[in-house]
Amino acid sequence: MSAAPQQLHELTLAQQGALLASGETSSVALTRHALDRVAALGELGAFLHVDSEGALAAAAAADARRAAGAGLGPLDGLPIAHKDIFVTQGQPTTAASKMLKGYLSPFDATVVARLKAAGTVSLGKLNCDEFAMGGANENSAYGVARNPWDTSRIPGGSSGASAVAVAARLVAATTGTDTGGSIRQPAALTGITGIKPTYGRCSRYGMIAFASSLDLARPMARTAEDCALLLQAMSGFDERDATSAQQPVPDFVAALNAVRAGASATQPLAGLRVGVPQEFFGEGVSEGVREATRAALSQLAQLGATLVDISLPRTELSIPVYYIIAPAEASSNLSRFDGVKFGHRAAKYGDLNDMYRKTRAEGFGPEVKRRIMIGTYVLSHGYYDAYYLQAQKLRRMIADDFQAAFQVCDVIAGPVAPNVARPIGSQTDPVAEYLADIFTLPASLAGLPGMSVPCGFGEHGLPVGLQLIGNYWQEGALLHTAHAFQQATDWHLRRPASLA
Amino acid sequence: MALTLDEVSRIAQLARLELSGEEQGEMLTQLNGFFDIVEKMRAVDTSGVAPLYTPLSAIEDVTLRLREDAVTETDAREANMANAPARDGGLFLVPKVIE
Repeated sequence: MSAAPQQLHELTLAQQGALLASGETSSVALTRHALDRVAALGELGAFLHVDSEGALAAAAAADARRAAGAGLGPLDGLPIAHKDIFVTQGQPTTAASKMLKGYLSPFDATVVARLKAAGTVSLGKLNCDEFAMGGANENSAYGVARNPWDTSRIPGGSSGASAVAVAARLVAATTGTDTGGSIRQPAALTGITGIKPTYGRCSRYGMIAFASSLDLARPMARTAEDCALLLQAMSGFDERDATSAQQPVPDFVAALNAVRAGASATQPLAGLRVGVPQEFFGEGVSEGVREATRAALSQLAQLGATLVDISLPRTELSIPVYYIIAPAEASSNLSRFDGVKFGHRAAKYGDLNDMYRKTRAEGFGPEVKRRIMIGTYVLSHGYYDAYYLQAQKLRRMIADDFQAAFQVCDVIAGPVAPNVARPIGSQTDPVAEYLADIFTLPASLAGLPGMSVPCGFGEHGLPVGLQLIGNYWQEGALLHTAHAFQQATDWHLRRPASLA
Repeated sequence: MALTLDEVSRIAQLARLELSGEEQGEMLTQLNGFFDIVEKMRAVDTSGVAPLYTPLSAIEDVTLRLREDAVTETDAREANMANAPARDGGLFLVPKVIE
C-alpha cells in the first residue's frame, strides 16, 4: 500500500508501520506531520502538554534503530499520546487538576514504560476530566476538549481528549483509562474504537488512582487491529501493581483473524452467540442510537452470528452501586493530596488542619469535591453497611448476572451510551449526568472486558458506538468480532466533514 | 432520607475540604439529589450475598500477593522530594504541630 505524504494522518498504526517497514516514510516524518497537525488543530483542546523536542528525538532514535536493523517491532517509531492520568518522566502530569499543576513524576507509569519499550513516540499529554471524574471532559481544570464531529459538542469523558486526538487524526492511537466507561463512551461519541481489557490485564502502576477496584488502562484507536497492536504491548503481569493478574497474554493480533470452526469468508462469525440484553434497549435510549445499534446487530447476524435474547436485570441498579463504590475509593485515594509531599499548597493558612482544608478547597474542582464528599459520607461511621457494603453485595449480584448470561452467549452486544454527544455546557445537573453511564457501568463493576466500535450515526449525524462485552480474559473474542464487523462495514473509516 | 447542612459541614470536615456557606448549600442540594437515586439500591434484599471487593473474585479466589521483603528501589530522595511545596534539606515542611 502507499499513500501521499499529506495523507499520513489518515493512516492507521498498522498502515503507518507498513510504510516504515518498506522505507516509504520515516518516524521523524510521521512525528513532524503529527506535531504540525496538533498545532493546527489546537482549538480542539486535546493536548495539555506537547513535547515536540522529546518526540522528535525519540523518532530519530527509532529511525536509527530501524536503519541499523534493530527495530523494536510493529510499534517502533509510531507517534501516540498519553492521557494525562498516566505519570510520565520528563513530561508534566496534572490529571487535568489544578492540584497537580507543574507536577513532574520521577518515574514512568508501567503502561507508558511498556509502550516506550515497544518504540512508540509520545507526543505529549492529553486532556481529560479532572482525576478522570466525568463523562464529558468538561471537568478539566484546563478547559474543555471539543468533539471534531461538531466542535460545540462534548467528546465524552473522562478520556475525552484521548478520543478527540484519534477522531481528529492528530495521532492514530492514544492511551486512556476506563473506570466506569471512560474509554467506551468517548470512543462511541467520537466514532472511534476502544477496548477495555479485563481488570488486572494492564498494570495500574503510575496511573493516578481514582477507584482502584475499577480503574483500567486501555488503548483507543480507529480500528480493532490497532487496538490489538497496542493492547499487546500494554498487557502483562506487573509486580508493582498488587492487583495485576498473573495471566498469560494471548496473541491479540492473531485473534483478529482467528478462524472459527464452521466459518467461511462471508460468515466469519459462524457459531458466535451474541447476547442482546433487553435492558439496553429500554426507554431513555434515543431513536438514532437504537436504530444504529439494531442495524449493527443485524450486521453481526449476517456475518454468521446468532442473536440471543438475554437479561441483565440489575442494569439500572449499577448506577447507584457504581456511584457509591467509585467515590468511596476516590475519597480514600485522593486523601494523599494534602499539600505536603507534592502538588498544590494554599498560599495562606493557619494550622496544619487549615492548610489541608484550604489546599484541597483550592486544588480540587467541583466534581472531584462532590465525589470526595459522597465517598467520605458512605464510608463514615454508621453508614458503611447501609451504603458501601450494600453496594459491594449488589456488585456481586451484577457480576453473577453476567456469568448467567455467558451460559447462553459468547459475547454481549448493545449500545454504549443512550444518546449521541450533547452540546458543551448543556448539562447543569451533575446527578442527571451520572445516568448517562448506565450501559457501561455493569461491565466496569464486574471487571469484564468491553469494546466500543463505531456502528453508524444517530441524531444530528453524530456517531454511535456498538458496545461488545466479553467474559473474563476473552479480549481476543471481542477483537475478533469487532475486526470482522469492521471488515464488513466502513463506519470506522468515516471522518468528520470539518477536518482538513 | 435527606441530609442537613450540619451533616454536610461534618462530612466536609472529615474530608478536609473547606466549603463556603454558598458551596455547602449547593452541595446539600446535589447530595440529596444523589441519595434519591441510591434509595432504590438500599431496598434490594442482599442477605447471604458476599461483597465483591475486587472484580475477579466473582469467578475465583483472589488472595493478595506477597513479595520477598527485599530492597528493590535505589535512593531517589532528590527526585522524590523535588515536587514538595515546602522543604528543607531532606525534610518536608508543615505548619508547627507541637507547641
